[in-house]
Amino acid sequence: MPYGPHTASDRERMLAALGLTSVDELFDDIPPAMRASPLDLPPPQPELELAARLEALAARNRTDLASFLGAGVYRHWSPPAVDQLLLRGEWYTAYTPYQPEVSQGTLQSIYEYESLLAELVDLDVVSASHYDGAAATAEAALMTCRATRRERVLISRGVHPHYRGTVATYFGGGLQLDEIPLVSEGPDAGTTDLVALERMLADADRPVAGVIAAQPDFLGLLEPMPRIAELAHAAGALFVAVIEPVSLAVLAPPGAYGADIAAGEGQPLGIAPQYGGPYLGILASTEALVRQIPGRLVGMTTDLDGQRAFVMTMRAREQDIRRDKAASNICTNQALLALAASIYLATIGPHGLRDVAALGAGRAADLERALAAAGAPRLHPGPYLNEFAVRVPDARAVHARLLDRGVLAGLVLADAEPGDPTLAEGLLVCATEVTTAADIGLFATALAEELSAVGSASR
Amino acid sequence: MVPADLRYTTDHEWVRLEGDTATVGITQYAADQLGDIVFVELPDVGRSLDQFAAFGVVESVKAVSDLFAPLSGEVTATNPGLTASPEAVNTDPYGDGWMLRIRIADTAQLGELLDAAAYDDLVAAG
Repeated sequence: MPYGPHTASDRERMLAALGLTSVDELFDDIPPAMRASPLDLPPPQPELELAARLEALAARNRTDLASFLGAGVYRHWSPPAVDQLLLRGEWYTAYTPYQPEVSQGTLQSIYEYESLLAELVDLDVVSASHYDGAAATAEAALMTCRATRRERVLISRGVHPHYRGTVATYFGGGLQLDEIPLVSEGPDAGTTDLVALERMLADADRPVAGVIAAQPDFLGLLEPMPRIAELAHAAGALFVAVIEPVSLAVLAPPGAYGADIAAGEGQPLGIAPQYGGPYLGILASTEALVRQIPGRLVGMTTDLDGQRAFVMTMRAREQDIRRDKAASNICTNQALLALAASIYLATIGPHGLRDVAALGAGRAADLERALAAAGAPRLHPGPYLNEFAVRVPDARAVHARLLDRGVLAGLVLADAEPGDPTLAEGLLVCATEVTTAADIGLFATALAEELSAVGSASR
Repeated sequence: MVPADLRYTTDHEWVRLEGDTATVGITQYAADQLGDIVFVELPDVGRSLDQFAAFGVVESVKAVSDLFAPLSGEVTATNPGLTASPEAVNTDPYGDGWMLRIRIADTAQLGELLDAAAYDDLVAAG
């Protein structure tokens, strides 16, 4: 008896049904250079030598830098209880219990995640959970199309470029995605262009399903979210707010300004920055959209004996039941990371989260003053929370030289947004509660020296 | 025995014709198979439907299934009572559990539906 899931003849029958001749054709959308090729593995090594080699590789990571890099991923202090509790073996169960109600502890942890996040975003329903903020944003965009039966979504260029790219990938099957430009100059520079948005919404031949904007936006600026919500709703479209969860301790939550859906990256909630993840996609909506939101929804009820019990609710639209008609087939529950977010929020509490957000904003204001004094003023005049862009001539080269001086000077905006000439000299920098005055001093001093060296060289 | 004055689809919808208006629901057999119905998703009034194309979704505690239009036409009404009481589909599928009314486009399409005896045979055959 074969133990593999598919025999060769199974595969042939499936390919025939799809009209394909090889499995490779299923992956045609992936550029060839990015597809897995045969692994070039060196011969086996003794464990001792292998460990030494891996340690040497790991030592090439720079963990000694004074970092001002945010751009969607943020460093925060996490109470040691978070990581310690994640080590408990009870959590390492089958990640999708197919007889979920026997796993009351797993369901309770999901229920608590959903309850905490619902409070934070001020919306009725939170699903657990998604791969990352980009995937959650793409699911939000698809939700607006299903709910309105329209096929066009407007996404602000103030949304993270990676998120815009992910939504564009999801929309490759035929839905339309148009980008709303940012204001290029004046007091609102760097935020969503409301005049352009109104014009795009007015195209009667191409009705809009959803409008997506981020708060704060990719450049760290605060967007006029209530106004964007009004404009979207007046055109019969839904409004998706892309949020950063820690900011919601001090900024108005999506539910307060009329967002129908909130999506965002949960990494700042107790999850360490990691290259490539795993991260945590947050997705929430109003009750009106409860049947459109993909992912697990867990509810609390009482059992036959009147005892508190947790149940998987609204399960019927998931992929194991609905197959190709599921709300999403690109969906998972990042259960352990959702748990980390829950423990983080429960441990630091609402006052602690406000302290985290406010401390970051305070450090960012210190950073702004120090960098301006060093010769790098802000690129945009509008309000920000804890991240902003500064103008640095020859930003990419300065960024590289600061790395040699032990400073990770944020993100080179010309790399992230190569199509935007207003950002050509921009560095995107951020501060959080873990940013120290000494780090800020090091950055400002090194930057001042680099800028004066450039200045004297050009004279 | 199902009501004799209705027509049926092989997907277990029923249709009652009055003038050019057709009232549509699902059969007792379908409702029994689905179990407790908790939600019915219906199209907006004014939408035009094609015969045998999916027009909505019925959700029970254990499954979500598509609903198929028995006839082509324009939706003129949906049952407002199902929002608060979807269980009417289980308790009274041919009455309070009706789902929508359509102004039909082509009476000839009736010929493609089953009569009560043929539908009974279909159910009996499993």
